[in-house]
Amino acid sequence: MMSPVEQILVIVICGIVTLLTRFLPFVVFGREGEVSPRVSYLGRALPAALFAMLVVYCLKDVDFLGGVHGLPEIVSIAFIVVVHLKWRNMLLSLVGGVAFYLVVGQLLTLLP
Amino acid sequence: MSAATRAFRAALPTCTPIITSFLALGISCGLLVTVNGLPFWYAPLMSVVIFGGSLEFVTITMLVGTFAPLETIVIAFMVQARHIFYGIAMLGRYDIRDWKRTYLIYSLCDETFSINRTVDAPEGVDRNWFMFAVSLLNQLSWILGTTIGAVVGMLIPWDLSGLGFVMTALFVVILLENMLKDRRPLSAVIGFASAVVCLVLFGSGSFLLPTLVLMVVLLLVFRGPVQEGFR
Repeated sequence: MMSPVEQILVIVICGIVTLLTRFLPFVVFGREGEVSPRVSYLGRALPAALFAMLVVYCLKDVDFLGGVHGLPEIVSIAFIVVVHLKWRNMLLSLVGGVAFYLVVGQLLTLLP
Repeated sequence: MSAATRAFRAALPTCTPIITSFLALGISCGLLVTVNGLPFWYAPLMSVVIFGGSLEFVTITMLVGTFAPLETIVIAFMVQARHIFYGIAMLGRYDIRDWKRTYLIYSLCDETFSINRTVDAPEGVDRNWFMFAVSLLNQLSWILGTTIGAVVGMLIPWDLSGLGFVMTALFVVILLENMLKDRRPLSAVIGFASAVVCLVLFGSGSFLLPTLVLMVVLLLVFRGPVQEGFR
């Protein structure tokens, strides 16, 4: 467990890095800037890879081998994907997904 | 009516969809702060110091883990690196000689970028004030949302830990939106595979850094096929 000082430090680090990414282009390029093709390729390809990683990160402590084998998470994610592809409404997908997860989680605890 | 008042009146209807979703998302982000046992004022603090939704969610999970400054820097940079491209796209529009410029750049989040990049100030409304009003309204609704969520999370007596799933849901939806941009979402597959491999190899405590490295290497190696899948 982190001390409060370490926690504040983590928040400040994240803040400074964010400021850096926001101010960098304005400091480096005066006006219209040139970016190398490799950098602009990474800029286009990274977000999807990154969010795939963050989904895995969220599920890192789910026990897929024992217990209920991560069934509530798997079923709920499938539910979110279907709802989102159908309506493309972020709020609906989030609220629906969490509600679904809470209900499925409760139901599975009732299983023998 | 002053130039500022006119700008805020013009910006409010433009921002309403974003204000609504910032309030809702902010509330869930704030809830996570106190549900995880962190002080409620971390929510407004992060909304001012960081002001970036995805990173604030990730920061909450880092705050309940162990102190790893290097990992924090790398992850924060990777999550926020897209802002560099927003900045490049806004070089022209934000090329103004005005005290508002510093605030505009500091508060350039995804949603504010999407408006200030595409929407022009209506006839008779000062351009700089309009962009400023858009940015400020968006950030204020985020600060308000996270603070409400954090206070509510502190007051509600029953167990809300299942709400942590809102973060998974959020990332799934953002991932899906990113995948829909491609004909063949190979970069998402690379990200997923890298994370799963590194999770198995390094364990849940320290797999993010190796994942980031592996991911970038694979993206560069498979640049041809990945780019072919772009729309």
